[in-house]
Amino acid sequence: MYKPQEKYEIIEKRDLSDVISEHIIYAPLIARSAKPGHFVILMKDNNSERIPVTLVDWNKDKGTITVIIQSIGKSTADINSMKKGDFFLNVSGPLGTPVEVKKVGTVVGIGGGVGIAELYPIAKAFKEAGNKVISILGARNKDLLILEKETKEISDEILITTDDGSYGKKGVVTDALKELYERGEKIDSVFTIGPLIMMKFVALATKPHSTPTYASLNPIMLDATGMCGGCKVEVDGKFKFACVDGPMFDAHKVNFESLLKRNNAFKEFEEQSLKEFEKKHNCKIGLH
Amino acid sequence: MNKPKRPSPNLKRNEGRHQDPVERTKNFEEVALGFNMEEALTEAARCLNCKNKPCELACPVNVKIPEFITSLYQEDIQSSVLKIYETSLFPAICGRVCPQEEYCEAACVLKDKFGSVSIGRLERFVADYARKNNMLKLPECDKDNGLKVACVGSGPASLAVAAELRKKGYDVTVFEALHEYGGVLRYGIPTFRLPREVIDFEVENLKKMGVKFIKNVLIGKSISLDEIRKDFDAVFIGSGAGLPSPLGVNGEDLIGVYSSNEFLTRINLMKGYKFPEYDTPVYVGKKVVVVGGGNTAMDSARCAKRLNPESVTVLYRRTKAEMPARAEEIENAIEEGIKFEFLTAPVELEGDEKGRLKRVKCIRMELGEPDSSGRRKPVPIKGSEFYIEADVIIAAIGQSPNPLIQQTSKIETNKWNCLVVNEKGQTSIEGVFAGGDVVRGGATVLLAMKDGKTAANAIDEYLKSKTSNKN
Repeated sequence: MYKPQEKYEIIEKRDLSDVISEHIIYAPLIARSAKPGHFVILMKDNNSERIPVTLVDWNKDKGTITVIIQSIGKSTADINSMKKGDFFLNVSGPLGTPVEVKKVGTVVGIGGGVGIAELYPIAKAFKEAGNKVISILGARNKDLLILEKETKEISDEILITTDDGSYGKKGVVTDALKELYERGEKIDSVFTIGPLIMMKFVALATKPHSTPTYASLNPIMLDATGMCGGCKVEVDGKFKFACVDGPMFDAHKVNFESLLKRNNAFKEFEEQSLKEFEKKHNCKIGLH
Repeated sequence: MNKPKRPSPNLKRNEGRHQDPVERTKNFEEVALGFNMEEALTEAARCLNCKNKPCELACPVNVKIPEFITSLYQEDIQSSVLKIYETSLFPAICGRVCPQEEYCEAACVLKDKFGSVSIGRLERFVADYARKNNMLKLPECDKDNGLKVACVGSGPASLAVAAELRKKGYDVTVFEALHEYGGVLRYGIPTFRLPREVIDFEVENLKKMGVKFIKNVLIGKSISLDEIRKDFDAVFIGSGAGLPSPLGVNGEDLIGVYSSNEFLTRINLMKGYKFPEYDTPVYVGKKVVVVGGGNTAMDSARCAKRLNPESVTVLYRRTKAEMPARAEEIENAIEEGIKFEFLTAPVELEGDEKGRLKRVKCIRMELGEPDSSGRRKPVPIKGSEFYIEADVIIAAIGQSPNPLIQQTSKIETNKWNCLVVNEKGQTSIEGVFAGGDVVRGGATVLLAMKDGKTAANAIDEYLKSKTSNKN
């Protein structure tokens, strides 16, 4: 049962947009114990960073896991340049604390950008647990909207917003959330995954209604095993390690301001890395 | 080869050759260059071959020191290295990182008059020579006995368990959370103190002996302790002390504040010093401050120095005399131009509007009454606050055990969250043993290895008695 695995094959790869790809990876030990909210660490090769990515799906029988990655820098672009049949040198996990799935009533899932992919398994699990699930998906434009069909299948209702109005309603996810409150929807729980700034505003929007709200944080991580403290986030005035205590936390207690600043810690390095990658590959990846 | 007659105790103790202090701060190559054959034979000639063997008795694993030095002097390296292996493992590692000045070399009868024999450097020489000349044959393993043992972590304690039990015919699987093996040897100790080929050699040998290594699995998260306890006949926990202690001052979330674990992992495991060839960045800025007085603080300061900042300053709340770091490493750090502010502690970290560290508010200390550790307790001097400019501060003020296993199983721990074991390494759960830093809370490679050997014997005893009861 416990077989050493030296490398991890991409069984299937699918491009969801110019900059977003889905990878199905053979990693039976991870598939075996994966739960909604878990994440994995990916390393393409020996020189790579350890990149944390939330699991989108898994199949215990086939021994596969699914991740969806948006190219936002060198490492993610490097991963998305991989093809079916290529190997990751390392995939580690499942890591983090899974989401506690139970019947609470009405659950609103709010995903932004590639966060839609990470929201999917959580929304699905809450649906399977007998909840009414309303999904709000936000993207910058139509091309960057992913998993609409899949999310629809596991949701009682789906609301879509785009920044430029190219699909769904023009606006941001909190506009759609406000509509739900305004029409008198009784919301028992909100889960949000996406850009930090979006999650911060979701937390601000649900706070006056005292709706329990959980945000999946994405601080800089290194080992992701609880050892380095790089992913420390302030929750309720105390430091927590997102890698082992999270990444999902009570959004009303998270210090988003501190985290927004901390996520810029290596900005110059990331820009340098990306520039060299683009030069080498003679390309320009679509950054926001 | 020409060599002095033995014994020649009055020859000067040889401290070994070192890379030039200025040159070496520009690279991550090994600092201590050790001995060549002639130097080794000359140092070996100094040994009196004492009948009562004080060095051997002082060694936690009782390495047969006079005997291995005698074989070395006779230029029989093969016998010499085998002598070491009779009671120890990994001599190329221990010869480098073991605090000999506290053990064997402290007990050497030559210490006061002529200077102790350089036992550590001789051990390293013998081990390196044997490795480089393919003199180390894989140990014979007993016939497979069909019993399965899991080791949690691949640091020195687990590697020792794996080596000992595989020799006895057990089916051993080592689980490592990270992507490379060696635990603290890999992520903690810098290459300039422990070249990676030495770790690789030991892991490769264990693989050749048939030990299974599984990377990327975090026991307590990816798989629970209860699960592997069910799937294996016995479990050894050697998960180390990898939880960093925070400074506990305001401003800890500023950019530029690292734990020593993060800083050293970025450099040692992820090779951040080779950015952008390697993707993981490491930032030091112009002014680096390191807090702490142990080996980890010295490693952090010396790694930082090699990334070419303007200055590296170590803050320690006691004096040089109380520093827990090895004397050799403190001297190396001083030679490399690292500054020390003794009797100094940080009280607040101040940042700019972007959340980057700007300066450290410090306070001077004085030594008061002895505390529970027997050392005089540092007491802040009122009104002595001052500022040190800093872009980066690295907290190296201690580690406690990785808490994941304790949090996810009903295993007994003490108030420091260390696993509680008996003298054989047995924990409160039947069939589960532990050793190294997860029990000791931050000790040495040698003691971890010793715990591993003890636990391996206990596991063997436990499983043999269990199987014979069945029959």
